[in-house]
Amino acid sequence: MKYLRSFGLFWWNFIVGDDWRVAAGLAVALGLTSLLTHEGVNAWWLLPIAIVLLLTGSLWRETRQSS
Amino acid sequence: MSTSAILILLGAFLASAVEFVEALTIVLGVGIVRGWRSTLIGVAAATIVLAVLIAALGPALSVIPIGTLRLIVGALLLAFGLQWLRKAILRSSGYKPLHDEDAAFRRQREEAAQAGEEQRAGLDWYSFTVSFKGVLLEGLEVVFIVISFGSAQGRLGLAAAGAAAALVLVVVAGVLARGPLERVPENTIKFAVGLLLTSFGCFWGAEGAGVHWPGDELSLLAVVAFIGATSFVLVRLFRRQRLGLVPAEVKA
Repeated sequence: MKYLRSFGLFWWNFIVGDDWRVAAGLAVALGLTSLLTHEGVNAWWLLPIAIVLLLTGSLWRETRQSS
Repeated sequence: MSTSAILILLGAFLASAVEFVEALTIVLGVGIVRGWRSTLIGVAAATIVLAVLIAALGPALSVIPIGTLRLIVGALLLAFGLQWLRKAILRSSGYKPLHDEDAAFRRQREEAAQAGEEQRAGLDWYSFTVSFKGVLLEGLEVVFIVISFGSAQGRLGLAAAGAAAALVLVVVAGVLARGPLERVPENTIKFAVGLLLTSFGCFWGAEGAGVHWPGDELSLLAVVAFIGATSFVLVRLFRRQRLGLVPAEVKA
């Protein structure tokens, strides 16, 4: 059980990292992009905007905690 | 050579070089203090595990449809790349200390010197486990980047060549320097790698979700430029914010 937990924790840290909100936001953004594309909207602009918003939000939270 | 091919080669090379430099620091720190036999056996054991992983993952990925593969790889690269980019921006703006390879090397040597003597299977167990874990964990990131970069564009050989070139360069430089490669501009390279991973993740993730990029492959350069410019602005903003928080007497 301990090894399983360590294994899961390792992959969580490896992929999700310090801020789970970024990973969750990316999943939502990709889902929305897929949805819009299947509705006929070529939503190429959505992911770059989401990246900027998620990155800025994550940095803002981190720097607020640090100060 | 196309734009994406150059960026794949460059991305795999830079990302691998950073990870190899970190692995080299661990291996040197342990090997110099505690001897080379068990340390190098640890390196060899980790290399075998990584090779098995590549042999298993490479063919398995080829059966996944390219659209699904790009969506999965894009999502993973985005999550992974944004972690690198986030840390690089925090370091550049002064919120996180810069990674110091020389300090890491000294810390590794101190820990190696203080660790107790434990023999298992005829090996110095500390040297074996530390070098095994170090090479495996840093190598895992290399495998992840090479496989994701290579598989999403069907250029696994190109990405592997970039990683192999980085390995040769780092090992030769390490042997010549006989110490950690503290002069490598690691933080700048990490910034560039974070930017490339995030840009490729964005490009492939969106393609996997069904998007048609205007200008096709050329838009990858636009994505790199857009995320790069945004990161630059964020560094300036957060640096200014941090300096605004520092008391006047410290600034003087």
